[in-house]
Formats: sequence, C-alpha cells, structure tokens
Amino acid sequence: MPLDSHIPSGPMAMKWSKHKQDSKLINPKNKRKFTILVVGSGLAGSSAAATLSELGYKVKCFCFQDSPRRAHSIAAQGGINAAKNYQNDGDSVHRLFYDTVKGGDFRAREANVHRLAEVSVNIIDQCVAQGVPFAREYGGMLANRSFGGAQVSRTFYARGQTGQQLLLGAYSALNKEIAAGGVQMYPRTEMLDVVTVDGHAKGIITRNLVTGKIEAHAGDAVLLCTGGYGNVFYLSTNAMGCNVTATWRAHKKGAFFANPCYTQIHPTCIPVSGDYQSKLTLMSESLRNDGRVWVPKKKEDIGKPPGQIPEADRDYILERKYPSFGNLAPRDISSRAAKEACDDGRGVGPGGRGVYLDFAEAIQQFGAKTIAERYGNLFDMYERITGESAYKQPMRIYPAVHYTMGGLWVDYNLMSNLPGLHVLGEANFSDHGANRLGASALMQGLADGYFVIPTTIANYLVHQKPGSVTAEHPEFKKALEVCTAQTKGFLACKGKRSVDSFHRELGLLVWDKCGMARDRAGLTEALKRIPELREEFKTNVIVPGSGDACNPELEKAGRVADFMEFAELLCLDALNREESCGGHFRTEHQYPDGEAKRDDENFCYAAAWEYTGDLGKPTLNKEPLSFEEVHLAVRSYK
Amino acid sequence: MSQLNLHLKVWRQNAGQPGHFQDIEAPDIPDHASFLEMMDIVNERLIAKGQDPVAFDHDCREGICGMCSMQINGVPHGPEKATTTCQLHMRKFRTGDTIWIEPFRAKAFPVIKDLVVDRSAFDRIQRAGGFITVRTGSPQDANALPIGKEVADAAMDAAACIGCGACVAACKNASAMLFVSAKAGQLNTLPQGKPEKDRRTLGMVRQMDKEGFGNCTNQYECEAACPKEISVRWITKLNRDYAVAIVKEALGNSPKVAGGGD
Repeated sequence: MPLDSHIPSGPMAMKWSKHKQDSKLINPKNKRKFTILVVGSGLAGSSAAATLSELGYKVKCFCFQDSPRRAHSIAAQGGINAAKNYQNDGDSVHRLFYDTVKGGDFRAREANVHRLAEVSVNIIDQCVAQGVPFAREYGGMLANRSFGGAQVSRTFYARGQTGQQLLLGAYSALNKEIAAGGVQMYPRTEMLDVVTVDGHAKGIITRNLVTGKIEAHAGDAVLLCTGGYGNVFYLSTNAMGCNVTATWRAHKKGAFFANPCYTQIHPTCIPVSGDYQSKLTLMSESLRNDGRVWVPKKKEDIGKPPGQIPEADRDYILERKYPSFGNLAPRDISSRAAKEACDDGRGVGPGGRGVYLDFAEAIQQFGAKTIAERYGNLFDMYERITGESAYKQPMRIYPAVHYTMGGLWVDYNLMSNLPGLHVLGEANFSDHGANRLGASALMQGLADGYFVIPTTIANYLVHQKPGSVTAEHPEFKKALEVCTAQTKGFLACKGKRSVDSFHRELGLLVWDKCGMARDRAGLTEALKRIPELREEFKTNVIVPGSGDACNPELEKAGRVADFMEFAELLCLDALNREESCGGHFRTEHQYPDGEAKRDDENFCYAAAWEYTGDLGKPTLNKEPLSFEEVHLAVRSYK
Repeated sequence: MSQLNLHLKVWRQNAGQPGHFQDIEAPDIPDHASFLEMMDIVNERLIAKGQDPVAFDHDCREGICGMCSMQINGVPHGPEKATTTCQLHMRKFRTGDTIWIEPFRAKAFPVIKDLVVDRSAFDRIQRAGGFITVRTGSPQDANALPIGKEVADAAMDAAACIGCGACVAACKNASAMLFVSAKAGQLNTLPQGKPEKDRRTLGMVRQMDKEGFGNCTNQYECEAACPKEISVRWITKLNRDYAVAIVKEALGNSPKVAGGGD
C-alpha cells in the first residue's frame, strides 16, 4: 500500500504556515455536530480534548486512571524545550529543528520536526497563561537550563516535576471545558478496541473498570493519545498501567505500526534488586556531571565493599573508552558500556546488573555540603529506595527502558492510514526518529494536542457527514461481542500461572534479546519463544474474580495479551533493520570503536508494518525519508 | 537483604456492602521491596491459592501520580514522613510486625473495592473553578508578564500537591481544606489567576461543601500526612480569599460562580 505522508510543498520553514492556510475550515455551527473520541488524558490527550472543545466540537475523553490528572506524563522530571531564545545564546527554530533531526539519528520526518520546533514557542506562552509555575529569575523572567548535551539553554522547567505541572495545566484546561459542557469525561474506562465502518475509524469499545460494563461509543473521528509501549519489557520507568492495547488493537484493525524497534534506554536508573521488583526508577542524568562510573577490574572483587577495592583495581569504563567525553558520554553509549561490563561478569550489586556511580572524589574536592546542594534530593530518593547513602558509598546504577520512539504511522495531519484514526504524542512515530532528545517528549505531546490536531482534524472531518454512524451499527455489535468473549475467555481459562508471571517472563526475554543490544541469533530465538509463551498464556493463565466488577487482574490480562502479540512485531522490526541507529543497536553493525553504523543506502525509511492476520508475517510498507535541510551525516559524539 | 515475616490485617470490601478485616500472613518478604511490591507478593500468593487478590490503586510508583492511597497502621501513606505508599519500603518494618492496611476513609471517598476508593470529588472541585480561563492560542508572549521569583516559588509550593487525598484521610472531620487551598492558592497567588480569584474561591469552596467533606478545625493532621509537605498556610490564605469574596458577594458585587458539572 502506498504511504502518502501529505507533506506540504514549499520551503521547509514555510510548510506549516502554508498548510494552515490550505487546511479546511468548518463553521462553528457545524463543529457542534461532530463528536470526537479522545483516548488518553496525558499531555497530548488533555490538551487536544480541551482545545477541540474550545473550538466547538463535542468531545468524549477516556482514561483508565481514576482522574485525568494521573496520566504518566505527570512523571516527567527534567523540562520542556522551546526555541524562545530568551537566553540570547543563538537558539532559533532552525537550531531546535536541526538538533532534533540529528539527535533522532536521521530517522525522523523533517517536516514534522520543523513544525514541532515552530510551535514550541507557543506552548510556553500557553502554559504560563494557564498558571504553570515555571522556574523564574529574580527579575521575573522565565529561567532556562541546558539539557541533554544541547549547546544552548532552551529548557523550561518547574523544579523536578515539569511533567506534573504541564499536565496540571492541560488538566485545568480540560476541567474548564468539562464544566462548560463541551467535554464528557470517562475516568476508570479502558479502551478495548477501535470500531471501523467502511474502512473508517468511527468508534471505540470500552470497559468500565468499576462496573465491568463493556460499552460502545460512536464518533466522527478517534484520537489515540495513549502513550508508548515500554512496559513490553515489564520493567521500565513507565507507570504500571502504561500499555500498548489501544495502539495494538488499532493496528489489528488496519493501522500501520511504524518503527517499533526504536526504544530508548536511559543510563542512570536504580538497578533491579530482586525478582519481586515491579518498576524501575530514573535518576536525573545530571548526576554524571560529578559522579564517576566504574566497575571492579577483577571478577572476584564484585562482592567486596567498594571502599576496599583499591584505585588500581577499578575500571572507570567510560573514562577509559571515551577519554574526551568521559562520564558524560551520550545515553546510548553509556548504557551499552554498562551492559558490556556486566555481561563480562563485573557488574555489582544483587544479580550483578549494576555499575558504580561514585561521588567520593567530588565530595573530597567540593565538600559534602556542595554535593548535597547539587544533588541532595536525588541522594534522598536513592536512599529511600535502596537504603544506602550515596555520601558514604557509591551509588549503583543500571540502564532502563523509559521511552519508545516507534508508534502508529501518521501523516502530516497526524492521521493514520486508517481514515479518521488520529494518533498524538508518544503513541505516534513521527518526530523523534530513532532517538529522542531530553525535554522533547513534553514538547511533542503538547504541540500535537494544543496546536496541530485542532487545525488538521478539519481536513478529515470536512468530508464526513457528522453523526452518520451510531453505536447501533452492526460493526459495533460485532466488536462488542469480540471484546466480551475475550474477557470471558480470560476468566474461563483457570490455568496455573498469574498474569504477572507471564508478563515478567516476556519482559526478561524481550529485554535480553531486544534490549540495549540486539543481534540476529538472539532476535531469531526470541521470535521462536514469544509465540510459545503466548500459547501458554492462552491456556494456562489464571484470572480470579468476575468480569462485572472492579478486577485489576482482568485489566492486566488484556494488556499482557496484547504485549505478547506486540513483542513479536518489535523483534521482527529489529531483525529487519540491518543497521544500528539511535536506540536500535545491532551488534553486527558497528564501527570498530563501537559507534552505531547506520546504513542510509538501504534503511533510510520508516518501516510501517501492516497486520495480515498472521502475527509472524506482517507486510512491510516503507516511507522513504528524505533530508532536504539537515544533511545525512554520521552522528558522532567524539 | 533480609526477609520479614509479617501479619497483615487488610480491609476487604465490595462496593455497597459492609467490609471487614482479613488476616493475611505474609512470610518471607524481602526488606528491599516497596510496600506495594509487598502487596504484589501477597496477591500472587492469594492467586496461587485460588483466592481473591486485594484490589488497590497504584500507577507511577515513583511518588508523583497520586494514585496510591493506603492507610497504613492508621496513617495515610504509612509511617515515613513526606513519602507516598509506593515509595515506602519494607525495611521500615520489623519481622513479626502486625500491619493494619485500610483504604483512605471519608464519606466523600466511597469504597469501590478493598483499598480502592472513589476520589472523583476532587475532580469536581477542580471543575468548579480550579483553572484560568484562557483559550489555546490566545496568550501573549510568556515573558510579557514578569512574575517575581518569590511569587513563582510560592505558587510552585502549592502546585506540588499530587491530589492523593491523604489530607482528607488524616483529618478526623475528613476536611479537604488542604487540597482545595493548595489548588486555589496556586492560581490565586499568580497574577494570571487574579481576574477569576473570587469566583474560583467561592466555586471551589461551595463544591467542596457539597461533596460532603467536613470542616477544618485547625489541627493540622493534614500537613503532617501530606507526602508533598504542603503547608497549612495555604488554608489561611483560602480563608482570607473566601472572606473577601463572600463580602463582595454580599455587597452585591457578585462574581458568577462557575458550575461544578460532571
């Protein structure tokens, strides 16, 4: 199937302006006749629901949490990028665009990234007007900090909780519209399926997580703002409820899933401490400014207290391997170096999956007081979780999954190949290529919701007769039956293993074979084992309780069933992409010094996978990527 | 790492029915596990025995989403100061301990199942005025309105509230004053929030009363239980803002109060 990305013609810097001019308008009286279903209430979902309602559309918004304010956007710490150039340090829309394309290792769509950089400035204005308490200078102007190795200071922040503050801003806009009657909110409601009528997405099936009722909702368009799929690895920095269900079910109804193998691993997380572990916690990367990463040189030293290992017996892995960058080597490089040391049997802590991040030298040089001023809250968090004081002994860190760049394929209007189905935020694939830069996720969620979809959705709706499909349509009845049967199937299985035990096993497998480093043999093995595990899940899972009440085990069962299927596509995509780029590292494709080796000749495309009914044999559609403004080059950090 | 043997007394309840405490033995709990991971282990064992696992709310497990909500030994979020349940770790307990685990209790937070309560009253209070009416795309440049660092920092102190409801659960009257005062206070402090200050204050306070939360008697249990250490000074400010708004209303300078809506 040919993929038309609908990128506007003309010079890069003029495309979005031109597209806004060329986009269709719907008069205010007619807007009221359209119903838009928004699934998810994070930054993308809340901002889209609120803005579409302001414009006059009727909106229904769904989230599985008990309140829209709890979506996982809330956990973002660092900040949000915007090309305001308030620092007068040479930033511009073009520079933010350039950094993002290069940071994505030339696997993002240029036109989308440029638009993202353009609207970034409006986001800050909007958030400040809503009362988001960004950090400020004494003169009353907004403060900025540098982030993620950028050469300019363009990151706006609100202490260590920028995500919460931006989400509360979007949530307040959503509340304003709920109070005004424009948005109907459905909390504790999980989407189970997309309903298509004549090839168009015209509704969804949901389950009420309090009463268990499975219901149909019809609309004129559907927006999926449902986040990423990092929890396929079981352990990640994502919230426990984050899942792939909405996007995966849409995929099975015809939407293409693009670049699932692009997953981002963050180097500084608190390591796994036991098999009871449920999630991983991120520690700010800023710690690497003063901390030195090391492991013992000798395997027999791994059990010794770190203080008893003399200087000569320590291997400062990053300083040794990357003398110019040292402990500030980029995320992907640092993550892989830690993995290599642990694979070599020199990892520290429980399970041998950890490296030391040592502040002893910094404390000696600057004093404990200065270090406490810089990192006190992080040291406290570390102590709360591990029971160890980083003032007295080195921290232990290990990389963890925390963001996924892949997602449903969308065109310039953020519409998938399935007409009517729009995908926003982390759930789509378009803006970050193979690697996302720090402080860019919040920017994209809000750009899509506040500024892109309110304009581009009209290009679809203008061709639709509002309210033409109702939930009485036979397709809804059919979908309701399928979802009800699936729920009953989980409950009727009455096997021997809990949902979590399957999820853990799947996660370990995918992390091992399709995590920080991937190779043909490992991926092939995973592709053999995933279907076996999936089959066992079908016949041996146990889900207690009933379907017509609050039943968290049943919710998990549906999510894990979808991860079991999705994991196969993740590995297939990783196997197909015979190159290394960004977060996707194939050990067969590297330079002698360990740098990722891209293959622009053969792989400069977005891989958009099409469901064929056979999970092991999806069809690959390619959207070729062309780079007009930022020229293809080796992404070197040396 | 050591293992703990614990005796749990866990509240079990189905919506609309009377509840009871269930005795659950929890041997061999790793002291490195978080409190919620201990509950995961307990649930896995219950499932293996063919019993109904304990339902509890949780999501981010890093102390920011505000979803986890247990009363542990009578204290919301348990014994550790400024810590949510998900960040509480088992090394704070001793082997042999008996731990009482209950839902957040308040008339305005009805039990859905076991430890899961309905906190949608907080959302309805926010809808009654907890926002600044600004249309997407209409604002001026962000730096056109200077806001002093002290003011911005104060607003940020209030904005740190994660809406978990521990303040309500800690209060003998189940008052929501700390939550409402933090939410109203953030916006009432900032210049952007001034135009709607009176209608916001009246709207939120009246919705709070309608939801069935009790009155504040200034004993500050809420502040002690708050995982984000929100100060009771915000309650003082809310009382002041409310007095001003109500007097203006009585004098006929009436703000039109936003609807609660749902």
